[in-house]
Amino acid sequence: MQLLRDKFKKVKMTSSEIQDEIVDDFSLFEDDMESKLFYLMDLGKKLTAMPLEHQSDEYIVKGCQSKVWLFPVFEDGKLYFEADSNTEITKGLVSLLIKVWGGKTPEEIMATELYFIEKIGMSRMIGSQRSNGFSSMIKQIKMYAFALLNK
Amino acid sequence: MTSVEQDIQIVRAQFPILHQEVNGKPLVYFDNAATTQKPLAVINALNEYYSLHNANIHRGAHTLADRSTGFFEDTRKLVQTFINAREPEECIFTKGVTESINLVAQTYGKKFLHAGDEVIISYMEHHSNIVPWQMICEEKGAILKVIPIHPNGELNLEVYEQLLSVRTKIVACVWASNALGTINPIEKIIELAHSKGAVVLIDGAQAGSHIAIDVQALDIDFLTLSSHKLYGPTGVGVLYGKRNLLESLPPYQGGGEMIREVSFTGTTYNDIPFKFEAGTPNIGDVIAFKYAIEFVLKRGLSNIAAYEQILLNHFVDGINKIKEVHGFDSIELIGTAQNKVAVQSFNIKGKHPFDVGMMLDARGIAVRTGHHCTQPLMTYYGIEGTVRASFALYNTTQEIDVLLSSINAIIKR
Repeated sequence: MQLLRDKFKKVKMTSSEIQDEIVDDFSLFEDDMESKLFYLMDLGKKLTAMPLEHQSDEYIVKGCQSKVWLFPVFEDGKLYFEADSNTEITKGLVSLLIKVWGGKTPEEIMATELYFIEKIGMSRMIGSQRSNGFSSMIKQIKMYAFALLNK
Repeated sequence: MTSVEQDIQIVRAQFPILHQEVNGKPLVYFDNAATTQKPLAVINALNEYYSLHNANIHRGAHTLADRSTGFFEDTRKLVQTFINAREPEECIFTKGVTESINLVAQTYGKKFLHAGDEVIISYMEHHSNIVPWQMICEEKGAILKVIPIHPNGELNLEVYEQLLSVRTKIVACVWASNALGTINPIEKIIELAHSKGAVVLIDGAQAGSHIAIDVQALDIDFLTLSSHKLYGPTGVGVLYGKRNLLESLPPYQGGGEMIREVSFTGTTYNDIPFKFEAGTPNIGDVIAFKYAIEFVLKRGLSNIAAYEQILLNHFVDGINKIKEVHGFDSIELIGTAQNKVAVQSFNIKGKHPFDVGMMLDARGIAVRTGHHCTQPLMTYYGIEGTVRASFALYNTTQEIDVLLSSINAIIKR
């Protein structure tokens, strides 16, 4: 976890700036969905490994098909996340979400409108499909942030 | 072009939806077990109904009501022919197979199930043929028993025979498995159940578009069918029941249409099929369903089945070639019964079905991934889910080659 926090402490960009950067990266692929998916899966592989003891049912964000594990830590007024998923594409998206929200204050998380997912052509991952743990993960993080703000 | 290819192009021309690109690639639609696409005849019938004939049925004294009623009952007559029921009244329209099964569970179960009685289902049932029985069994103190399967996806009939007893009141079994494609030997299943005095419900959701049905020859007590898996509109299902059985049942839902006379001291019920069709039915979709059945009958179910077997064999042969190149365990076929409809589940080693489904979609290929509403079956195989390709009469071997080369690319990556 220490490593993870160090990584995010260096990031000085706002959540919105990070989102813009992601959208920019993906724009290189234009409409090539297959390349986007391959890129996402590669990003997922680079996600900092989540300690196995945190991959328990307590931290699972369940979807019908893809599962996501999410372990939040609140320190120095900021939220940090360890996460993993059982599907490679979801894991890639999870890594992007953590990039956007990791190391941010609950205020910034609550104030962030997530637009990168739709802009990179992955809006189906946040739609009404209950099959996806990613959608629930977004809600879960917002809930953590909300709870911390109202402590 | 061969004559078969020419013929398929003529069929494909009747399905406008097939002629489009998805993610920049020609659509390859292999999710037919979830729902089939609709021919122009069905689409046009819907348009025509709402443009020219729309009226509520069975009671109106005006011309449109009379016309709509006639069209609606025409579909019922064609359903009767399609499954060879004795009379159209034995064919009840529901909103789908799920409702058809719930109807039987909540009426037959309500009246004839008692504490200690047994209901038998199989391991490969869709959740919609599990949960309604669990609900009524729990309510009545009845016991739910499950026919196990062999690893290839065939039912274990020896155990089925042992499960049957005089306590068995209902056997509810799928004709063709949505996840495995297995065609079950329902003739034998029915014969054995009847020998113990049990009634049999056959879930024909996946059978209707592949197998010719004769409810009299098979002595089926209850049969369910789905319009939308049979090239017809969504929101329409059929429940066939033998007249004497249907007449012995209490109503399912109360409301309009299903009554004969209503007073505050008591209500008498209408005859079948209306007793089970409370409220305004899905008139337009039922009327359009007729054109789907006509389409299938015109092609001929034996022709359809023969062609779909060619597609299935082409796919399985292709998978076996992939195994030769990439290793026997590179890809696993789930559901390898002798007798199958054109449905094939598989898993690629080390790849989650969801990722495979997304990658195939990127190439324009529509398949289904997940547990296919058969979680107990997935538990049996020790897997979370599968990728399922299901073929229909408008698919081609060229499309299957696209799927095979995409699977190859995913394995190689």
